[in-house]
Amino acid sequence: MTSEATMPSALVLPKRRWRVSFGWLALYLNVVLAFVFLYAPIVVMSIFSFNASRQMQVWMGFTLDWYVRMLHDERVRIAAQNSLIVALVSTLVSTVIGTLAAMALERTRFRVKRLYEGAMYLPIIVPEIVMAIALLVFFNLAFTWLDRLFGLQLNFGLGTITIAHIAFSFPFVAVVVRARLADFDRTLEQAAQDLGATDWQTFRYITLPLLMPGIIAGALLAFTLSIDDFVITFFNAGVGSTTLPLEIYGRVRRGITPDVNALSTVMLLASIVLVLGSLLLQRRRTA
Amino acid sequence: MSTSGIELTVGLTRSATQGETGMGGMRPLERPIDVELVELTKVFDNGVVAVDRVSLQIHQGEFFSLLGPSGCGKTTTLRMIAGFEHPTSGEVLIEGRPMGNTPPFRRNVNTVFQNYALFPHMTVYDNVAFGLRMKRIPRDEIARRVREALQLVRLQGFEERYPRQLSGGQQQRVALARALVNRPRVLLLDEPLGALDLKLRKEMQLELKHLQMTVGITFIYVTHDQEEALTMSDRIAVMNAGRVLQVGTPVEIYERPSSRFVADFIGESNFLRGRVTEVGPGEVTVALDGGFPISVRCDQPPARGTEVTVAVRPEKIRIAPAEAPEANGLVRGRVEEVIYIGTDTFYVVRITDETVVRVRSQNDRNRLDGGQLLPVGTPVSLDWAPDAARVLTE
Ligand SMILES: Nc1ncnc2c1ncn2[C@@H]1O[C@H](COP(=O)(O)OP(=O)(O)O)[C@@H](O)[C@H]1O
Ligand SMILES: [Mg+2]
Repeated sequence: MTSEATMPSALVLPKRRWRVSFGWLALYLNVVLAFVFLYAPIVVMSIFSFNASRQMQVWMGFTLDWYVRMLHDERVRIAAQNSLIVALVSTLVSTVIGTLAAMALERTRFRVKRLYEGAMYLPIIVPEIVMAIALLVFFNLAFTWLDRLFGLQLNFGLGTITIAHIAFSFPFVAVVVRARLADFDRTLEQAAQDLGATDWQTFRYITLPLLMPGIIAGALLAFTLSIDDFVITFFNAGVGSTTLPLEIYGRVRRGITPDVNALSTVMLLASIVLVLGSLLLQRRRTA
Repeated sequence: MSTSGIELTVGLTRSATQGETGMGGMRPLERPIDVELVELTKVFDNGVVAVDRVSLQIHQGEFFSLLGPSGCGKTTTLRMIAGFEHPTSGEVLIEGRPMGNTPPFRRNVNTVFQNYALFPHMTVYDNVAFGLRMKRIPRDEIARRVREALQLVRLQGFEERYPRQLSGGQQQRVALARALVNRPRVLLLDEPLGALDLKLRKEMQLELKHLQMTVGITFIYVTHDQEEALTMSDRIAVMNAGRVLQVGTPVEIYERPSSRFVADFIGESNFLRGRVTEVGPGEVTVALDGGFPISVRCDQPPARGTEVTVAVRPEKIRIAPAEAPEANGLVRGRVEEVIYIGTDTFYVVRITDETVVRVRSQNDRNRLDGGQLLPVGTPVSLDWAPDAARVLTE
């Protein structure tokens, strides 16, 4: 640093300046493009959720009517409730399963490990539509057999959606937690054992707290994946198990209206709050 | 080394040594054995023989060092004592009990890890209290003992800090306090000063030694730094390639190395090759290659005709100009290099075509060279006391 500052050469500087300014230009362009493509649609959507007109094409002045209407809309309330139930349960379960899977993959050696690893990551690469159909076929088959063998009358609904969400989201949790496990300093666990901690105490007081940021990040990912999933949910839903994305889709089919914009804007805000909350939580853990 | 002269000022200290009243005056080797290794061997899955039939007896209250170059098996030995590594064969006994499959948390030993392994998500207080909490000690006793331990390592007032807010030396003290607070029978330390800079390391060496004498706990100390081992230890085991080559006090190890490796690894030695020509009682005469017959003290003299190596420390050699009246030298040669380092002068003296001898001459008024540096090319004569040299057969 200091040697750069005291460098008297006039020959080097212009070249550097040119390079720097080119870099800045590329960066600047990149930022602008990112904003245009990523955020412009979102911003437009949000703005039009305050539009007094029913039409998307014209601005007729500011109103909160759509939000008020949405609040009083029974169907929206039920869809939101369904979405939350599915997201919370599937997040909880997939976080536990995903964390355990990550531990198993990172910490143990077993014969079919490679196979298990490959199979587990499959949902991440399999096209969502394939996964959706596969689950649909699976549930149908399972229901048929349960009916034949035990006389159990089961049907598609929140249960099938939740199971489907767990199935596709726990590998994501496993990936995130495993990344954190990979650079985990194992002498910390040995130090705990050395100080008299049993295996369980070591896990409870050392491993788990240190993995927590990874687990929270994984849980957040699972929650986000669940709350906005459309394809898999669509194929595995039943009567009365409409989630928010399904509800929005149903409305859009009848034409894009400001109440859809309002609903989407609320979902956007909710996820922003969620992400910020988790960031703050992680900060506090390490501060 | 006696610990009887040390004033015990801290509570932790007193209770740690309470059961040993009257033992203070005992010499370490007369005390009971705390840790015994019997033919301890570790072969890793990849076939590396990390520890090879190591047998040691470490006595209560001893400061015992495992000294050897990197990769010689020190850490593996320590980890087998702590219980992190399972011996391939042989046995670890702690307080006379074979450890077998005893897990680390049931052994009455604690470890200070090389990188300290402080829990990053806990404060200094919680780090030090961890072991006591695991043992479900009452809360107020924990508070008292943690306070004492932090006092012992002079870290009062740091309770609420996190490890990353501490300097390397302070982290090192926390690691010490965290182990000592449990009042273990034995403390295992794996190169605990390795990460500190030289000045701090020197300070901590003395402090650690003092601490060990204060608390009276057996220390097994791993280091690759021979100076560190000499400074701190009651006894040293010198290791190489998984084997223990020699065990002894620092003086024994330095003055009477039993092998060429030890003579070379601890301090500096000149190695002169020769053949035994005469064997007397406690003494042999060795004809040095291209030199003169010299007589060397030797406890177990090899047979006549044996090829041997004679080891002499550079500082034990007297150097004088060849024509000086007192030059009744054992070896003659010519100064090839002169290195002046203030307190001392190093001479490199060529005695044969193949052999040079390094001489360390202290720069005081009593020097044989008359207070002047001997210039390069001066013919000189070298001699040493008969007990200053060692006959090595390996
Ligand atoms: N877990 C392990 N697996 C295989 N080889 C190992 C393992 N740990 C240590 N070794 C090997 O054993 C030898 C001794 O290692 P170590 O005890 O760490 O030596 P030191 O502490 O004296 O430097 C080295 O050759 C090292 O490479
Ligand atoms: Mg080591």
